[in-house]
Amino acid sequence: MSGHYEAPIREPLIIGHKTYHDISNDIARPIEERAGKLWWVSIYVALILFIYGFGCIAYTIGTGIGSWGLNRTINWGWDITNFVWWVGIGHAGTLISAVLLLFRQRWRMSVNRSAEAMTIFAVVQAAIFPVIHMGRVWVGYWVFPLPNQFGSVWPNFNSPLLWDVFAISTYFSVSTVFWFMGLIPDFAMIRDRAKTPWTKKIYTFLSFGWGGKAKHWQRFEELSLVLAGLATPLVFSVHTTVSFDFATSVIKGWHSTIYPPYFVAGAIFSGFAMVQTLLLVARKVCHLEEYITIYHIEIMNIVIILTGGIVTVAYGTEYFIGWYSGSRYEDFTYLSPGAATGPYWWAFWALITCNLIIPASFWFKKVRTNITATFIIALVINIGMWFERFDIIVLNLSRDYLPSSWTMFKPTIIDVGVYLGTIGFFSTLFLLYARTFPVIAQAELKTILKMSGKTYKAKEGDEHH
Amino acid sequence: MSTIKKIFGLYGDDDDLMNGVKAFNAKGIAIAEVYTPFPVHGLDVALGLKKTRISDAAYIYALYGLLLGSVLTWYVMNYDWPQDIGGKPSFTWSRNMPAFAVPMFELMVFCAAHMMSITFLIRNKMYPFCPPQNPDPRTTDDKFMIEFLSDDVESIKQLLVETGVEEITIKDA
Repeated sequence: MSGHYEAPIREPLIIGHKTYHDISNDIARPIEERAGKLWWVSIYVALILFIYGFGCIAYTIGTGIGSWGLNRTINWGWDITNFVWWVGIGHAGTLISAVLLLFRQRWRMSVNRSAEAMTIFAVVQAAIFPVIHMGRVWVGYWVFPLPNQFGSVWPNFNSPLLWDVFAISTYFSVSTVFWFMGLIPDFAMIRDRAKTPWTKKIYTFLSFGWGGKAKHWQRFEELSLVLAGLATPLVFSVHTTVSFDFATSVIKGWHSTIYPPYFVAGAIFSGFAMVQTLLLVARKVCHLEEYITIYHIEIMNIVIILTGGIVTVAYGTEYFIGWYSGSRYEDFTYLSPGAATGPYWWAFWALITCNLIIPASFWFKKVRTNITATFIIALVINIGMWFERFDIIVLNLSRDYLPSSWTMFKPTIIDVGVYLGTIGFFSTLFLLYARTFPVIAQAELKTILKMSGKTYKAKEGDEHH
Repeated sequence: MSTIKKIFGLYGDDDDLMNGVKAFNAKGIAIAEVYTPFPVHGLDVALGLKKTRISDAAYIYALYGLLLGSVLTWYVMNYDWPQDIGGKPSFTWSRNMPAFAVPMFELMVFCAAHMMSITFLIRNKMYPFCPPQNPDPRTTDDKFMIEFLSDDVESIKQLLVETGVEEITIKDA
């Protein structure tokens, strides 16, 4: 049928000889079958890390943030590094589901659900850090403008730190709503094939009675489109606002006008790297090779090339301007000759190697279509982007305006523990998600089966010749 | 006793369903409802559904959120407890407003997204633990169901068979 026509030159997005029913079976399989050994091992490791991290958080709250490696010169350390790192990771999900929906990129349908799950789980981890950095977490709600009896103490709306509260909470809740609304038809599919009464009950609760009526689908598509339209500026606003935390300050190396676009590009860069890391595993474990194809992996690597390129240009600019300004202070910023040769040379070169040199190998088609290479490079980018935030925060602060205050940062076991704990918490959430949620937006995917499915494309090609 | 019956036809393919809908339209037989596992392209037009107004509602919710953000920042920063922070006094909202752009924008998006989703659920009569609204569980998998409310069972049955339906069920309305 002509309505389903797509140029045969385009790569198929669904390979194997799939029918609509096969798609339902493949997506429901991880939920209906028992978990494998690998899953159990992973969740135990994740839970151990999570519990250890939870203990470290409890210790921090009980003892105070003096238990961290902060000092008078370096008053933001691993906490804010990890916060920015996690928020950055949380950027790819909404970009894939919202921005690429507006651009009508069909390949997003196989990866958007998991990428969005990753976003939501990453933002949860990110939120932990500023909250525990407050020290007195029990008054954490003071960041919101709530009517109060303290002679009316309001938060300061001039402060980028408060903008961040609004940006991150809105991003979290809107992403969650967007994700959940998209999940409803897929939950209904799981509900309608559930065999045990408990599964039926749980998915009946989650699917809100969805029946796939024509009018409901019409509203559903409109809802998805408008939510995507709303989430698109949100994606860009969140990391812009995070960058304002630094850019509006008076700290050298931070007050840089380049920060907003550079942070957004860096966030998408690291977000896609994390999507690759998680999806390459999920694809294997859940047997989704026919939906997340080499083509999907390649196209995400191309996004990494693009955003990595933007980040490279930004690094170059910062480095050049640091030198060109002629300011003594600028010679110690995180991208400067002073940083490359100073006591934090290893952090500087870790950033350059992991973010610029190694990812550049994606320019070769052989590398970006190789699964093992992609997995390793994605991990390297994750490390590199962590170092970027570490450099921005610790390296810039370590060389104060007063040379007598110059110092180094040494993380304590609590710092390390909280960080590892968030990785454990994140992995726990993702592993539970992979066993209970439809990991691919199957209703959406079915709409492109006749257009981009391999079997149908082959038939179309024959008819057109 | 009413002779009105509920007639369900189950198609195995979205193209068959579309042909069926067009055939019934041509004969002037009213279709009560269609249940599909995914949004079938062009079905809303074929069924003559009006454009949904849910996006218009979202526009109003966005304006409400923007207004909320404006009033909140004005009340907190200029009216209730104005302060001179860092030599930048809070005397007029109009001159302080650029600093409030981020929270105002976020509240706009927050209200639009959440209230629109709630509107979607209310309009669809969907809620937690709501019993499934589709009469056949296969319609969320790979089958396409068309529903009629009519007393002319025979002619509908005949047209369903002609358009390649897989299964016909008749129930009392």
